[in-house]
Amino acid sequence: MRTLRRSRTVLNATMHEFAICRALLDQVGKVARDRQAERVTAIVVRIGPLAGVEPALLRSAYTLARAGTIAAEAQLTLETSAVRIRCLACGAESDVQSNHLGCPHCGHWRTRVLSGEELMLASVELVTNTETVGHV
Amino acid sequence: MCENCGCSITGVSAPAPQRPHIHGDGHLAVRAPMIERTETVAVLTDLLAENDRIARHNRDHFGSHGVLAVNLMSSPGAGKTSLLERTIEELGAGMRIAVIEGDLATENDARRIRAKGVPAVQITTGNACHLDARMIHEALHTLALDGLDVLFIENVGNLVCPASFDLGQHLDVVLLSVPEGDDKPQKYPVMFRAADLVLLSKWDLLGVLPEFDPERAIASVQAVGSDVPVLPVSCRSRASLARWCDWLTGQLAQHRALRRDAAQEPAHERAAAATVEAR
Repeated sequence: MRTLRRSRTVLNATMHEFAICRALLDQVGKVARDRQAERVTAIVVRIGPLAGVEPALLRSAYTLARAGTIAAEAQLTLETSAVRIRCLACGAESDVQSNHLGCPHCGHWRTRVLSGEELMLASVELVTNTETVGHV
Repeated sequence: MCENCGCSITGVSAPAPQRPHIHGDGHLAVRAPMIERTETVAVLTDLLAENDRIARHNRDHFGSHGVLAVNLMSSPGAGKTSLLERTIEELGAGMRIAVIEGDLATENDARRIRAKGVPAVQITTGNACHLDARMIHEALHTLALDGLDVLFIENVGNLVCPASFDLGQHLDVVLLSVPEGDDKPQKYPVMFRAADLVLLSKWDLLGVLPEFDPERAIASVQAVGSDVPVLPVSCRSRASLARWCDWLTGQLAQHRALRRDAAQEPAHERAAAATVEAR
């Protein structure tokens, strides 16, 4: 328990992924409650490279944060996407690195990010248990 | 206790699943088969939706008081508090300023600001590496916004975590101090993309740190897709502070003008509607 408490403290201190994980589990819990689910078996999260969230850190935070929640057994899938931009000068669309957002075609640096910033709960897999005791 | 249906009957020794048995009240109990249904629900909500909701509430609150909220971010020790002290000295006579200070453990920064005669609320985040909208909302309960022009939020010194959390601010200002190196923006693209202004702080150290190339710093900001102004600033140079103060004064004027237009618009539309009706 002591080890766990210390790990949580370290996570809190060093990364916002833990805070994001709690927000994730709050949303999952709400969906599960609304559907009167028994438990959650899978969660899919979509993270763009420009969301400012490190998938590996989110995953390790998740293994701690899910304990004791309705998602305690749920498998977490992280879908990452590419950073896609449109050049405001030549109009070309390209996939680029998150720290080179200039247009690879014409070299202009004025571009618009089309995707890569998302941080989203995509879907939740729920198990709903209906149990009845029949009196004959 | 009956293991099948939870009734208090004890005489039945572990009946096989679904085998009917007689309850104490004479009823025949049959355990119905468990119906387990698995479904996948598409959600598609932003993970920070709750933070963003509170941030919008904060922004409305600032707006209703005509206050411009500015979020100051940088790595630890880039000079956020020093910049605020000097800004208060330069602008304090004509601009009513308050500060929300974020710090892991101490109240030192808030004390420094209060010493300049400006109200400051300290948020001690404990272990949290960033401020979030709820912390700002709570701080606002202890800070009167009436009569204020600009509220600075000095975020926790960190170039990673604060970038993901909207606080309800109108503007983000990111400091990049000369000793940190000119390639910082590309190392922290998410943070520098959020900036409305990048300040190259500790500019007076440029003389002893020739490795820092201002042109490369600007190119690095542009490489993360940002076209915001990049201003050099030194707390020891009034001329450089004047450029930052002019930018801030201009932003406040623009913020107020936008609010005035927004307030006048409905009245204008009502007048137009009345004219149409009269015809």
